[in-house]
Amino acid sequence: MVKKIIMKSYLGLILLFMYLPIVVLIAFSFNKSKSRGNWTGFTLKWYGELFRNSQIKDALYNTIVIALLSSIIAVVIGTLAAIGIHSMKKAKKTAVMNLTYLPVLNPDIVTGVSLMLMFVFIGTFVKMQMGFFTMLLAHVTFNIPYVILSVLPKLKQMNSNLYEAALDLGASSSYALRKVIIPEIMPGIVSGFLMAITLSIDDFVISYFTTGSGVSNLSITIYSMARTGVKPTINALSTLMFGGVLLLLFIINIRSDREEKKRKSIKTGGMEV
Amino acid sequence: MKKKWLSYPYLVWMAIFIIIPSLLILFYGFTVKDEQGFRFSLQNFYRFCDPIFFGVLFKSLWLALLSTFVCLIVGYPVALILASKEYSKKTTMSLLFIIPMWMNFLLRTYAWLTLLEKNGIINSILSFFHLPTINILYTNGAVILGMVYNFLPFMILPIYTVLMKIDNKLVEAAQDLGGNWVTVFRRVILPLSLPGVMSGLTMVFMPAVTTFVISKLLGGAQYTLIGNLIERQFLTVYDWNFGATISIIMMIFILISIAIMSRFDEDKGGGAALW
Repeated sequence: MVKKIIMKSYLGLILLFMYLPIVVLIAFSFNKSKSRGNWTGFTLKWYGELFRNSQIKDALYNTIVIALLSSIIAVVIGTLAAIGIHSMKKAKKTAVMNLTYLPVLNPDIVTGVSLMLMFVFIGTFVKMQMGFFTMLLAHVTFNIPYVILSVLPKLKQMNSNLYEAALDLGASSSYALRKVIIPEIMPGIVSGFLMAITLSIDDFVISYFTTGSGVSNLSITIYSMARTGVKPTINALSTLMFGGVLLLLFIINIRSDREEKKRKSIKTGGMEV
Repeated sequence: MKKKWLSYPYLVWMAIFIIIPSLLILFYGFTVKDEQGFRFSLQNFYRFCDPIFFGVLFKSLWLALLSTFVCLIVGYPVALILASKEYSKKTTMSLLFIIPMWMNFLLRTYAWLTLLEKNGIINSILSFFHLPTINILYTNGAVILGMVYNFLPFMILPIYTVLMKIDNKLVEAAQDLGGNWVTVFRRVILPLSLPGVMSGLTMVFMPAVTTFVISKLLGGAQYTLIGNLIERQFLTVYDWNFGATISIIMMIFILISIAIMSRFDEDKGGGAALW
């Protein structure tokens, strides 16, 4: 009992640490005063201003589209790559894993700068403007390794006999892949996808170096604002996004709960027959 | 199992977007540009051998090490609690640690300014209870706090993922054989969770060593880490060659650190296959 209380209060403390700045942000999105730190009264005017600000709207659109596209591409390429790497022989595996670690160990700033150098380099041969597309390519590039790194441990922990058993029982290798391996490593895939989306939404450094003039995501917009003081409009937007994420998670949770119950009732129904 | 070809799209992608750009960085780092174009030179490496630049490098490494250590000490128990069988609301709780990352990290870091300021929220609360106030803004302390705050989830999640997969029967067997919880943790849970710890360490240390935004926001405009140095070369001074040289030096130090970390994992078959 005491152990449980200690556990809970420890988690509570860490969560307080994680959420304190967010609470502050949300509170100040309703603040009348433009400056941070001064609470002068409640207002909704920043939310109204948000919908008139086309710069923020464009940035939001770029951020979301790039996050979704790059994460989906990264999950597909990365999961397949992880399965391939897992079945490689040791020497080759080591070589490929070192290659995989390169962008992870490569500091964001180096990845950003080197990609920029390459896009400039390619630009001398073909007519190519840096912008949305180069930013998307960059995001896929830094997302893939994180997908691989979260899928590989799952593959390692998986019993490899499961796959062979499926083959022995007459499954084709692609069928066994879909019905045995993928479900088994699903937690890894999901956490890889979540991590990819998170990294993409949060990324500033790499986007900053790989975008062109006129195309910016939220981070770049915020960074350019930070020099002159972050406007409460951005706080309002973050509050809305945060609310949106919570709502989305809530819906997903209810859905998976329902499916779980359905599956359980089907199972028990089958037993009774 | 003939599934190697599944990784070919990935290998092609990496060749284009990782290897070629890395070669370009090497090219810029080992050349200087004059009227005749680029020529090979180690000049920029000599330039870096200045006590000022070295001081910046070691400060960056030291602060990152400290933050990584704090993240491990703080984060491991969190992962342990979340994964323990006594704790039922696992999915919801682990989500709670991911959700903050969905809010822009620049903004969250910026919010710490409001919290830590001299007359900020934390000090107001402290002085309300007649406690001594803290003034860590624009010091190493604030930068470390910012790093821990930003990178803690990267420590918790991989450890949690690995802990969840540990066969509970192993833990029960160890308990049946008379191990108290310290022994069970030390001999069973900890060794089995090492792959998670290794990826956690990697995921925290790497961004911590190279950040330039956290140090700029919480350390003040004059606060210089290695990341700030590189940023300045590329965006203010426009000396791409020297910027590339500093990048190479920084990467060498990171690779050395990671190699040291992954040695602990080697006898376990290697989650981190580096060297």
